[in-house]
Amino acid sequence: MLAFTVRRAIQAIGVMIAVGIIAFSMFRFAGDPVNQMVSIDTPAAERAAIREQLGLNDPIPVQFVRYFAGAAQFNFGISYQFRQPVATLLKERMPATLELATVATILAIVFGILTGVYSALRRDSIPAKILQAVSLIGISLPTFLIGILLIYLFAVTLGWLPSFGRGQVVRIGWWTTGLLTVSGLKALIMPSVTLGLFQMTLIMRLVRAEMLEVLRTDYIRFARARGLTTRAIHFGHALRNTLVPVITVAGLQFGSVIAFAIITETVFQWPGMGLLFVQAVQNVDIPIMAAYLLMVSLIFVTINLAVDILYTVVDPRLRATVSRAG
Amino acid sequence: MSVRHILLAATLASLVALSPLPASSQTLRYANQGELKSLDPYTLKETTTIAHHAHVYEGLVTRDKQLKIAPALAESWETPTPTHWRFHLRHNVKFHNGDPFTADDVLFSAQRVRANGSNFLSNVPPDAKFVKIDDYTVDVMLDAPNPILISQWDGWYIMDKKWCEEHDAVAPTPASATTPSYASLHENGTGPFTIESHQPGVKTVFKPFAGWWGKPEHNLKEIVFTPIGSDATRVAALLSGEVDVVEPVPLQDIQRVNASGVATVLNGPEIRTIFLGMDQSRDELLYSSVKGKNPFKDIRVREAFYKAIDIEAIKNRVMRGLATPSALMVAPQLYALSKDFTRPKYDPDGAKKLLAEAGYSDGFEVTMDCPNDRYVNDAAICQAVVGMLARIGVKVDLLAQPKALYFAKVLKPGGFKTSFYLLGWTPASMDSHNVLHDILGCRDDPKDSTRGEANLGGYCNKELDALTDKILVETDTAKRDQMIKQAFEISIRDYAYIPLHQQALSWGVSKKVKLTQRADNQVLLYWATKTEE
Repeated sequence: MLAFTVRRAIQAIGVMIAVGIIAFSMFRFAGDPVNQMVSIDTPAAERAAIREQLGLNDPIPVQFVRYFAGAAQFNFGISYQFRQPVATLLKERMPATLELATVATILAIVFGILTGVYSALRRDSIPAKILQAVSLIGISLPTFLIGILLIYLFAVTLGWLPSFGRGQVVRIGWWTTGLLTVSGLKALIMPSVTLGLFQMTLIMRLVRAEMLEVLRTDYIRFARARGLTTRAIHFGHALRNTLVPVITVAGLQFGSVIAFAIITETVFQWPGMGLLFVQAVQNVDIPIMAAYLLMVSLIFVTINLAVDILYTVVDPRLRATVSRAG
Repeated sequence: MSVRHILLAATLASLVALSPLPASSQTLRYANQGELKSLDPYTLKETTTIAHHAHVYEGLVTRDKQLKIAPALAESWETPTPTHWRFHLRHNVKFHNGDPFTADDVLFSAQRVRANGSNFLSNVPPDAKFVKIDDYTVDVMLDAPNPILISQWDGWYIMDKKWCEEHDAVAPTPASATTPSYASLHENGTGPFTIESHQPGVKTVFKPFAGWWGKPEHNLKEIVFTPIGSDATRVAALLSGEVDVVEPVPLQDIQRVNASGVATVLNGPEIRTIFLGMDQSRDELLYSSVKGKNPFKDIRVREAFYKAIDIEAIKNRVMRGLATPSALMVAPQLYALSKDFTRPKYDPDGAKKLLAEAGYSDGFEVTMDCPNDRYVNDAAICQAVVGMLARIGVKVDLLAQPKALYFAKVLKPGGFKTSFYLLGWTPASMDSHNVLHDILGCRDDPKDSTRGEANLGGYCNKELDALTDKILVETDTAKRDQMIKQAFEISIRDYAYIPLHQQALSWGVSKKVKLTQRADNQVLLYWATKTEE
């Protein structure tokens, strides 16, 4: 198990370096950062001096190595727009994004599994058919559209929920949370539903398909023959066996929830890392873009690893394979 | 009361305690498309940033609601000779930390604003020497007369010498900063508001400064600023009453906001001029089907392009009526004799004839560069221009890009890589000289390297340059205005540019709020009042 983890960690570093190389080779297509740092009537000589000082005239590999040498020591540079350390900015924004992503994922898993199981067990009922139809909408409508529709319905027309921001937050150490105040919770509803909707419909459809598959297998038939209660069969045996793919998907999706948060955060002006990233792209703030991309790749790699480990917990058959391989 | 009741009561009480206080009637919430990135007043010369800083910092002079220069930290000034200005400073002014404001702070600020890393170098001329006469008198000595010396001083804010020295902020935060700067996260001005908290890109809270020297015109006890980048969200926040003032409201939402009953849109004219430019300097265009020569060097082609533009269609269709067509490269508010000029008539047939005379009876192809996130409906204007030029046989390939890419390509550091482009310009000095010098001046002037910096098409007329130099030092206003008129007439005769319009400002304001809209698009909330909710 330890060797397995170590090998994965080494792979992770490889992945992150690859992400960094790709990112750095693409930054020059994002435009000239200096244009965003100074006013339009700034003399060219002044602009040239800034380019030189920032090291933007160096060849890409030199810039890349310089950045990674800093990043290895947890120095992600100073943001071009804010003139503040990128690490500080990301740290300030991280709680907002993680809270949103976690709540969205929990919503997605809970409602996804519930509705999935329901529509598998009662697949001919009318509610199940409605759920199927609604899930199609959830899967096909773009996030920003859902977000704007929700804002117009619940914030502008009904006036129940705030249209932007995090509401009142409580500071616990360096972490800020909106979970402890009424306005914070209210502000969380629409963004987390928007963000979680795609995952929820995905999980629902997955659970439904897997469940139908499992219910047809022999051991379910034998369990029935043994006279087990329907409840025990459905939830003890069938559901448990459908969970392996669900965990994979939900786990991997947590990464994309954080990545997708970019759009949701922009629509709701949610002060998280995704919003910071979008603003950084518009302003060609290379230090922020690079740090964000590295961080997202780190999250993906970590989640992959966690999912692999979780497998072995849920499915005992895999434990033997892993220990043999490791 | 049973235990259960007590528990219930306690829970309710804690919920009440945790829920935010009801919004005060005098808290004004304001959302802008752009962020307040740095509190250092010398870091970024950009309208939104300067306007934010105006609440906490003050210059020696300021501009009133009609953009006229007015006294601020300098109570009065005189010019004993054209090269000698004397400023009498206001007494009993305190910085927010309690330090008194004196001549030393002016001298210090004059040095800091012209130091390496400042984006406001052009606000204070390098040849201006500041001399302290006593604590409340400062002399400024110039090498040559400069009638517009103080025209950009409303954006040059005075900082506290002692405070800057204490916090290692003597130099402006340079672009290449390797350590975070204290002055970009903290303020210490003399202005009517202080900043209580500032989280860059998230939220900034302003509170009135009790020790301010002036008499407040506002009735606010707090301003909460949040940047909201998404247009739809910003408008939704205004309509739902969560914010009181937003800038800008997109053109397509104006009617909806006005019909909502909770807010209205203020649409005054802005002083930014939007125009089209053509590459007249290269011998062969970079992006065109014409090889071996440059069609824009032929004045008939430029005239044809001008006459092919149906400005009324752009105003009515693209801008939904919210634009003022312009005959000049400067807004009428900034130049007294603007009304003497009119645009040549829209004349597509005449334009076709001119093209044929110039030898392009079958037209030609050219690429147009256009930003798509910088000015109001910029890409839509360009699309309209493409259609209009198609009518006279010119095939325009439109390259509309985000501003980061657009400016990197077309500006001087990118090598002026454009053949035909759309740009907007607000003269920083609020004066025609800036336009004549930066936009209409010849590039590559050996004596003046900044002349023509924003002249992307490379238009050049030495006669105009000579006039521009005289305009700079002419102190007689009537004479000066006549010279400016001559200079503009030269550029119009040459069809140097195709001015389009001044776009309209678009501020969404709650019906509870009254505020003054200034034509330079600075949202100044110290003139705002809010009625009880």
